[in-house]
Amino acid sequence: MPSTRDIRRRIKSVKNTAQITKAMQMVAASKMRKAQQAALAGRPYASLMNEVLGEVGVDATDFSHPLMEVREVKKRAVIIVSTDKGLCGGLNGNLLREAAKFDTNTTVYITAGRKASQFIARTKRQLSAEFTYKDAPLFSEARAISKFAQELFTKGEVDQVDILYTNFISTLNQKPQVRQLLPIGEIKGVTAGVHGAEESEAIKASGVEFLFEPSAHTVLGAMLPHSLNFQVYQILLEAKASEHSARMVAMKSATDNAKQLVKDLTLEYNKIRQATITKELLEITSAAMAMS
Amino acid sequence: MATTLKLEIVTPEAKTYSEDVEMVTLPGAEGEMGIYPNHVPLMAQVVPGEVIARKGGQDHFLAIGEGFVEITGNRVAILTDMAIKAENIDEVKAEEARKRAEARLAEKLDDTETALVAASLAHSLAQLKVKRRNR
Repeated sequence: MPSTRDIRRRIKSVKNTAQITKAMQMVAASKMRKAQQAALAGRPYASLMNEVLGEVGVDATDFSHPLMEVREVKKRAVIIVSTDKGLCGGLNGNLLREAAKFDTNTTVYITAGRKASQFIARTKRQLSAEFTYKDAPLFSEARAISKFAQELFTKGEVDQVDILYTNFISTLNQKPQVRQLLPIGEIKGVTAGVHGAEESEAIKASGVEFLFEPSAHTVLGAMLPHSLNFQVYQILLEAKASEHSARMVAMKSATDNAKQLVKDLTLEYNKIRQATITKELLEITSAAMAMS
Repeated sequence: MATTLKLEIVTPEAKTYSEDVEMVTLPGAEGEMGIYPNHVPLMAQVVPGEVIARKGGQDHFLAIGEGFVEITGNRVAILTDMAIKAENIDEVKAEEARKRAEARLAEKLDDTETALVAASLAHSLAQLKVKRRNR
């Protein structure tokens, strides 16, 4: 039987752990809100971009662009958006299981986040580039990733670029998802918000005749990379929101478990304490009886 | 006849500017453009540089990155990847960024990096231009 002192020590340590996990849960909750807000802040940009795309689309028919070129897929690049830190439940596990499904010989990987880089190194896959992004992703970070992918594609080193990230469905539910980034099939609108990467807003033209400078084709050509950058940015935000909500849930269950453990241990402790007292009383009374 | 224009500057991160102004000057891909109210609808590319918004007879300066502008009658909407108001520009920081970018450009880089560094150099130059003009 463990001594009362051992149990007391155990209770103390579990309580400390619970405190830490509780704090991490709070932090994750506030960071998640921030990521969601950041995603929503892109909404005016998205709607304006859709407007421009709509107007341009009317004037620029039979448009072709290097980023839209469809080729036979001999080699593909996959951008994996993972987290930097662990302690977020099965998030990275699920994500990387998807990542492992691609054919090793014909796939090169571009990683964002440390967990993905570690995975690629561990499984000895081809790593093409490694990017980092901060807790509050910056547009410039997204642009760097997207530019790199576009280069690979236009140079013909890869024939398709996919992006693998964790889709934020709800606070309790996040799912890894693969989306094709390049070639751009049809020109679609972009949306902002944490569910933004999923559906896209309809593009519509207002019917107003626009002048273009330099020309509709040039504007549209310059627009495409921008809309890609913006998509990658939204995906980074979505991945961040997923990470923080996953961490929040994982930490909440850890806190709950710790509390339950403290309860069980306290019960155990009291039982032992009572048993010791009873035993001592018995000893005293029996000793007294023997004396008289 | 309307005498003001609605100037909106949006970046992926936020809506930086939204005011009624009398005139806007912006850096188009083919030279500076001055926009007055009731301009014909125009869609243009913009390059990193300064935007001047005249409001109540006073000029307000902003530094912007590359992007697009959509002009419809009385609305000027600028879509860009950077936008900073003159008063928020940290000159020391911008200067440092410029030096860093120039140093990086001097090194031998591959095309991708050159493009990236050139973009950030353009950003910091635009900021510096706006800031220095203010004095």
